[in-house]
Amino acid sequence: MSDTTASNSRSGETIRANPRSSALRAAGPWLLSAAALVALPFIFRSDTYLTVMSLMGIAIVFALSYNMMLGQTGMLSFGHAVYYGLGAYFVVHGMNWAIATRAPIPLPLMPLVGGIAGLGFAVIFGWLSTKRSGTTFSMISLGLAELVGSSSLILRTFFGGEEGITTNRTKLLRLTDWSFGSQFQMYYLIAAWCLISAVVMYALTRTPFGRMCNAVRENPERAQFVGYNPQVVRYIAFCLSGFFAGIAGALAGINFELANANLFGAAQSGTVLLATFIGGIGTFVGPVLGAVLVSYLQVMLSDITEVWQLYFGLMFIAVVMFAPGGLAGLVQMHAPVVRAGVIGRLMPSYLMAIVPALLLLLGVVMLIEMTVQLAVKQSEGPAMKLFGIGFNANQPWPWLLMVVLLASAYALFRLVSPRLSAAWDSARVTAAERGIVI
Amino acid sequence: MSAPAALEIRGLKKSFGPAEIIRGVDLVVPKGERHAVIGPNGAGKSTLFNLISGLLVPTSGEVVLNGARISGRPAFEINRRGLSRSFQVTNIFPRMSVFENIRCGVLWSANQKYAFWRGVQSAAGVAERTEKVLDEIGLTDRREVLAGVLTYAEQRALEIGITVAGGAEVILLDEPTAGMSRHETDRAVGLIRRISEGRTLMIVEHDMGVVFGLADRISVLVYGEIVATGPPAEIRASAKVKEAYLGEEAHA
Repeated sequence: MSDTTASNSRSGETIRANPRSSALRAAGPWLLSAAALVALPFIFRSDTYLTVMSLMGIAIVFALSYNMMLGQTGMLSFGHAVYYGLGAYFVVHGMNWAIATRAPIPLPLMPLVGGIAGLGFAVIFGWLSTKRSGTTFSMISLGLAELVGSSSLILRTFFGGEEGITTNRTKLLRLTDWSFGSQFQMYYLIAAWCLISAVVMYALTRTPFGRMCNAVRENPERAQFVGYNPQVVRYIAFCLSGFFAGIAGALAGINFELANANLFGAAQSGTVLLATFIGGIGTFVGPVLGAVLVSYLQVMLSDITEVWQLYFGLMFIAVVMFAPGGLAGLVQMHAPVVRAGVIGRLMPSYLMAIVPALLLLLGVVMLIEMTVQLAVKQSEGPAMKLFGIGFNANQPWPWLLMVVLLASAYALFRLVSPRLSAAWDSARVTAAERGIVI
Repeated sequence: MSAPAALEIRGLKKSFGPAEIIRGVDLVVPKGERHAVIGPNGAGKSTLFNLISGLLVPTSGEVVLNGARISGRPAFEINRRGLSRSFQVTNIFPRMSVFENIRCGVLWSANQKYAFWRGVQSAAGVAERTEKVLDEIGLTDRREVLAGVLTYAEQRALEIGITVAGGAEVILLDEPTAGMSRHETDRAVGLIRRISEGRTLMIVEHDMGVVFGLADRISVLVYGEIVATGPPAEIRASAKVKEAYLGEEAHA
């Protein structure tokens, strides 16, 4: 008796050390996020920024819901947009119904309609698809996406055909003088739902179910031998994920006052996979970073180049190959080095590596853009500009120059990389010596 | 009057296509017994464990746990009824911490089920039970380390920890000391002795020192059939066993 209490109190300290400070530490990041969400529109005031930030908020909820399956439970879905799109359709129909019948439902509660729709369809489709895992699950998700996509073109009364269906978010019951007509007000609606959804999804990872999601991801066979049915774990994860995807879709529907077939298309399913993976599936914040970055780039890049999706593809490949932990993984990788106080040792070689990295980027971008100029934009002729210097893409010398650029970037990389890895090794060794677990 | 049976195997058979791997096994393991299964490679020892624990469904025959038939039931249900097993090839949750690994073994038995509405920290008794198991397997200091980066011997200990964490009455260990050094084996045997106290243990093991030191009774499985069952001294003396197994091992 006495020695068990001794061992419990020793290890218990690490868990229950000062409950008040640990509660604050748990709530701290959320309070900061809330403050940032409130403050952002006062820093980025223009309509463009408000629009982009609204899209980011929606994308965050969607990506987090996706990662409940991919990162937490190890289920790769190719059809997650189904629940997003259905969430949008149901909310638009719900709003139109509420407007027509003068039902006393205020707009801020409407995303729940989308959530319940997402949940409902996930309950049905998930029952089928989560019976299998791995590749089979992925294939079924693709099939279901195809099924719903084609139904949308058949069931025109509900889905509104090619154009989709529209609504007016200002016509619902108002509890305050906010009509949500402006993007500014719309932003706050999205931000509030984004924060609530993120808190709930984070809390879910800290439940017995959440831990067993990880266990099923890691080793479904072993999970059975601790009493859990992996199918049930996957099914619950799928349903909850469908609920939050529905919320995200509903926010999109309210934001655009429109629901159309694009919302549950393959491209939408692809984008959420991309964003989640680029951000990093191994941590909770990863998908948030990915959603922010990808939404930003979608708007910014599509202004600059016609082939922005091509760059997305390249970025995705680069992440999968060189940083499989995504952006969050890169940050996490540096955490022990920062804590050991030796991040400075990496800086010289990082600065050196930036040069070939930029050259590489420039070379690749120019090769792509010159190809596009010749192949796609023939009507505009071969004349292009780079840093104010005009040239013709149909001449050999710009191509030659870029090939030389790429070759020298590669050579420089070869030169720098031994120094980089040496710096890494020394930093990690020091971190380990200082007792920091890597 | 002998103790009631924890595990009863009756006429158990398993075929893969035309190949019959388990060819009619009958065995009674009384409550509280440490029972070892030995036999040459390919005798079907792991298959027997897979049949008992529900990883495989028998072709015919039945397995009875504490008076209730479990054969044909899914593995997770058999586990919930109080039979837990370890694996010959280390089978853990690699990218989760040691603490999380053990806690996953505790959750169901602590009646947490699929709860997604309450925090895992708040679950009564779960943390205490997890700490106790960590202490038993000697991994308290390694609690925050990812299971995948533990040493081999530590992973084997963790494997046993996950197996016993849920407090199952019947424990099946499949070659728990395979690939260990002498010193590591001695530690593992001590651990197995401790965790099997007051429980029923079935163990597959190749190390004869471990088997004869640990087991109350031994069954010899050869080509899918039990050729002898008895106390260590009896098995050691049996000419049939020597011919079928021990002799072969001694020459090898």
